[in-house]
Amino acid sequence: MSLILALVLTFVLAAMAPRLHGLLREASGWVLALWPLAWTIYLGGLTGRITQGDPLYIRYPWMPQLGVSLSFYVDGLGLLFGLLISGIGALVLIYSGGYLKKHRHLGRFYLFILSFMGSMLGLVLTGNLIALFVFWELTSLSSYFLIGFEHEREEARQAALQALLVTGIGGLALLAGLLLLGEAGGTLELTVLLERGEALRASPYYLPALILILVGAFTKSAQVPFHFWLPNAMEAPTPVSAYLHSATMVKAGVYLLARLSPALGGTAAWQIGVTGGGLATMVLGAIMALGPSDLKRILAYSTVSTLGALTFLLGLGTPLAVKAAMTLLLAHALYKGALFLVAGAVDHETGTRDVWKLGGLGPSMPITATAAGMAALSMAGLPPSLGFISKELLYEAQLHALHLPALLAGAGVLASALLVAVAGVVGLRPFFGHPVHRTGHLHDPPPSLWLGPLLLGGAGIALAIAPDMAASPLTTAAVSAVLGKPTVVELRLWHGLNPSLALSALTVLAGAGLYAAQPFLLDIAARARLKEWAARWGPQRGYERMLQGLNALATTQTRLLQSGFLRFYLMIIILTTIALVGSTIAIREPLSRWMGRIVDARPYELMIVVLMGLATLMAVLTSSRLAAVAALGIVGYGVALLYMLFGAPDLAMTQFAVETLTVILLVLVVYRLPRFTRLSGRPARLRDAALALAAGGMMTALMLMVLSAPLKSRLAPFFAANSLTLAKGRNVVNVILVDFRALDTLGEITVLAVAAIGVYALLKLRME
Amino acid sequence: MRDLLLVLPLLIPLSTAVIGLLFWSRPHLQRALATVGAGLLLASGLGLLVSVRHGGIHTVQVGAWPAPFGITLAADLFSAIMVVLTGLIGLAAVLYSLGSMDAHRERFGYYPLVHILLLGVCGAFLTGDIFNLYVWFEVMLISSFVLMALGGERAQLEGAIKYVTLNLMSSALFLAAVGVLYGIAGTLNMADLSKTLRATPRPDLVLAPAMLLLVAFGIKAAIFPLFFWLPASYHTPPVAVSALFAGLLTKVGVYAMIRVFTLLFDHHAHSAHLIILVASGLTMVTGVLGAVAQNELRRILSFHIISQIGYMIMGLGLFTPISLAGSIFYIAHHIIVKTNLFLISGLVFQLQGSYQLKRLGGLYRKHPGLAALFLTPALSLAGMPPLSGFWAKLILVKAGLELQQYLIVAVSLMVSLLTLFSMLKIWNEAFWKAAPAEHSASLSRGTQLALFLPVLGLAAITLWIGLMPEPLFSLSEQAAQQLVDPTEYIRRTLGE
Repeated sequence: MSLILALVLTFVLAAMAPRLHGLLREASGWVLALWPLAWTIYLGGLTGRITQGDPLYIRYPWMPQLGVSLSFYVDGLGLLFGLLISGIGALVLIYSGGYLKKHRHLGRFYLFILSFMGSMLGLVLTGNLIALFVFWELTSLSSYFLIGFEHEREEARQAALQALLVTGIGGLALLAGLLLLGEAGGTLELTVLLERGEALRASPYYLPALILILVGAFTKSAQVPFHFWLPNAMEAPTPVSAYLHSATMVKAGVYLLARLSPALGGTAAWQIGVTGGGLATMVLGAIMALGPSDLKRILAYSTVSTLGALTFLLGLGTPLAVKAAMTLLLAHALYKGALFLVAGAVDHETGTRDVWKLGGLGPSMPITATAAGMAALSMAGLPPSLGFISKELLYEAQLHALHLPALLAGAGVLASALLVAVAGVVGLRPFFGHPVHRTGHLHDPPPSLWLGPLLLGGAGIALAIAPDMAASPLTTAAVSAVLGKPTVVELRLWHGLNPSLALSALTVLAGAGLYAAQPFLLDIAARARLKEWAARWGPQRGYERMLQGLNALATTQTRLLQSGFLRFYLMIIILTTIALVGSTIAIREPLSRWMGRIVDARPYELMIVVLMGLATLMAVLTSSRLAAVAALGIVGYGVALLYMLFGAPDLAMTQFAVETLTVILLVLVVYRLPRFTRLSGRPARLRDAALALAAGGMMTALMLMVLSAPLKSRLAPFFAANSLTLAKGRNVVNVILVDFRALDTLGEITVLAVAAIGVYALLKLRME
Repeated sequence: MRDLLLVLPLLIPLSTAVIGLLFWSRPHLQRALATVGAGLLLASGLGLLVSVRHGGIHTVQVGAWPAPFGITLAADLFSAIMVVLTGLIGLAAVLYSLGSMDAHRERFGYYPLVHILLLGVCGAFLTGDIFNLYVWFEVMLISSFVLMALGGERAQLEGAIKYVTLNLMSSALFLAAVGVLYGIAGTLNMADLSKTLRATPRPDLVLAPAMLLLVAFGIKAAIFPLFFWLPASYHTPPVAVSALFAGLLTKVGVYAMIRVFTLLFDHHAHSAHLIILVASGLTMVTGVLGAVAQNELRRILSFHIISQIGYMIMGLGLFTPISLAGSIFYIAHHIIVKTNLFLISGLVFQLQGSYQLKRLGGLYRKHPGLAALFLTPALSLAGMPPLSGFWAKLILVKAGLELQQYLIVAVSLMVSLLTLFSMLKIWNEAFWKAAPAEHSASLSRGTQLALFLPVLGLAAITLWIGLMPEPLFSLSEQAAQQLVDPTEYIRRTLGE
């Protein structure tokens, strides 16, 4: 109960945040941070029971007929994520209060970021696939509003849209995949599905479900080639980049893979898809991180690389790999969050994020520099940091992989070495060396801006020095959850002299080399016109092409279909009718059967019909309106005569009256109009004639077909029998109109009344 | 009492209209009357729904002539749900009109016309007789035509001509189909028709009128490739009228289609259901692409109606109990959301004086409340969870997957992304972008109340359905059950 209440309250708090900000002003960030802090304490309190293998499971029905429930399933994996989300969330709220202090819409910022926090917590704590999807989309949506926070800037709006569309495509694939998984497993409840792994993997739905789910996870976690939205998302205010786009939201895909790996993992398809995608992302992300000069974009690409590493490890799926993944997850959230916040603080103080324009800030911003240094240590994987432990584990997992261990380790070293260089670029270069910027008046930012980075950076060191306090139990619980069996993880800084350590040493050396050689490498890249090449062939370009294509397609299609010409619309409707109705007749009825019925007709009946045909022809061909009206009158009179011949004298009388009146009215109108002018050419007229003949032919055939079956109706005898006795009227037709089917008449009277109002209004009321 | 509940949804709008017409030159009285009438209609609809849910299908033999000789009114759950929605949308549109309708139109019978339209719509939902259905269609057509043309602006008349011509085409085909059905079965009562058609010695004849009705109702419902009248006309009348039309008119076509293809043609027309499914996919795609190509608020919204109709008939095309429940859920969700979006476009117009995206901007900054009110139905339309549209799509997608109809499922998912794209285009241009020119309109307190109250109410319902979809879905499921198995409907209608 407390869990769902806490979640609901998070959203309520989000909705109230703008108001609260109005009341609290300066202190708003600090006060609002109390809520995620409470979450952290609450989740921390669950650690005991969860590490003892007793996950929390609560279920509330939501849409039971579809198997949708709002259930919560908190095991080690959810706990680890939940603690990261709430803990970093508290720091980010404090930071935002300082960072956006003067921003007009800080209140709305709180709204969006708290909504995100609620959604993200829901995502990692829920135990139902559809509920998971709901929260998944909500995180995308809140990310949209946060990326576009500076909404009057075109770039921010475009980046927000791009992020939402890319993750949106993935989201839809994910929904389909999750539903297929539900079909295969017979339930949408995670706890049950996780136990049915074997049956799921044997199901025919397995492969399509897996592919769809991977598309969802890969778009969200920015795997190549969907990664391009993440660097663009750096348009968001820095606390958002730190929180959503490095520490938490982008890890939702990783979370999903980890969550479902007991059910879906271990197959060849999983190995190839997840491991391969992750590996490519890990290497490419790290390479691309060396390119940009904007601190945030550099960090974004390095985030892509780490997300790749996490995906890769979950693809391997061995206990060692999962252990490495969970440790790396924790380490990365801490150091990357810290580095982003540092970047924001530097930007805040100096007004630039360009690494080539920064330098020597250390002496004037000692606290920020300390935080940056600690985080960079972890990012570079140097002892004594959590990053070091996780890198050692990564190497160990790669060296013990079943297939191609040498290749995997090589890729790992390459990516890690690149990240060492990147850590130097973002963690060292701005703070050491020559002061590029005028540093005289520079100083550390206010506490709200250094508290977060310092705590996060410090945690990356402290957790590594004393791993048994928090890091080991948390990863133990998470690894056990991912592997689906109790597993003990003991994190140690010192692993003895082993191949991993050797690789680590190699990595640091190579990284230092890369750092020194960066200007040279950039020069080569510039000469090879790498940037132009990427702009031309990269996925970003593909995205733009797709949008252009979509707009072009939409415009063309709409111009073709919605042309604005009434005659064209009518033509399509008639053609559709002929196609649909005609096909049902043509298939079933041999032509000869109808011909026989035509021969049955009496000569004077045929004469009337021929006359009507001629009159129709005349109406079509004549160039005089008067003649056309008269010809139509002849057709009408012909119909009336036929009514007469077939025993419906009252109908015939009505028809005569209507026809006469119509002709008179038309003549009155026509009198004032000019002669016909022929607007359409010969081909158009032939086309229209063919269409008209086909439509007429179809209706004729239909009528003949219906008449071929004898009409047996109970209605006519009933009306005839009861008209006088019960309804007290001799004229059966009239009795039908005013009694048996009086409701129809009421309707028709209404129609006439409204028509009268319409005519009156059209004549009298002119708005222009 | 049961009989009265069934007749009230016709009696209330009819008497409201008639009394209103008697006070032709007293617009103030008409305004009060129209509001009360719409409120009563909603209340009577709710009463009917509750009564039908507990007491089963209601029928009334009009004039006490036994079925199938007279006209039977019948309300099953589907009908009752539709009547409730009619009352709701009628009330919203009337309230909104109080704050936005110009005095000229009010003096020319605007409010009585609205109520006659509501009469036609309710009549269509409640009749159990196929010719009577045709009559109600005519009532709807003429009143909507006059409402559309009322005011006589050039664009209005141009739209209205296309509207009425193409809809008369639909009427002609409908009438032809009724004639053919009578020729085959000798009856007009739909329950009786259902029975007779099931036992007809010439089942091969039934498909032709089925196709005629598919085209006739397809035009009304604005499916591909018959939708031309809708984008040609919906953006021309005052926004309250557009909103009323957008909510109700096409849905009467969808209702009629669902009714005849469950009650009359379920046995004979497997190919018809396949055709409907194909049409549903094409309707979704062409509609949403049409919306993507537009840059005017009301035109964007109009094309989205078409696209959404595709989803509603997708459930009919799949033809399982759950998919039909999905269709009904979708209709309910859509009517509320779409009317609201049109009303909001009117609010935007009131504030900034344009419907053109390039002339709008800055609403997010200046009117955060309106921004929130827009987002609720807009995101719901796009199927963003956990709003009503998400559940509506989820039900249909699940139904499609169960039948392994992957193509239509894929199409429906892609179209929802394009819908999101299109809604965000509005958001981007009208709300986020900086205002191109300062335009400040101030609305009086009373006007504000009349304009915002219906928008707020409808948004609240959307949110409520989103957070608690279960009640509406159970209701839809029960309604679908009655459609799939029409024995009770037939029994009660024929009084056996």
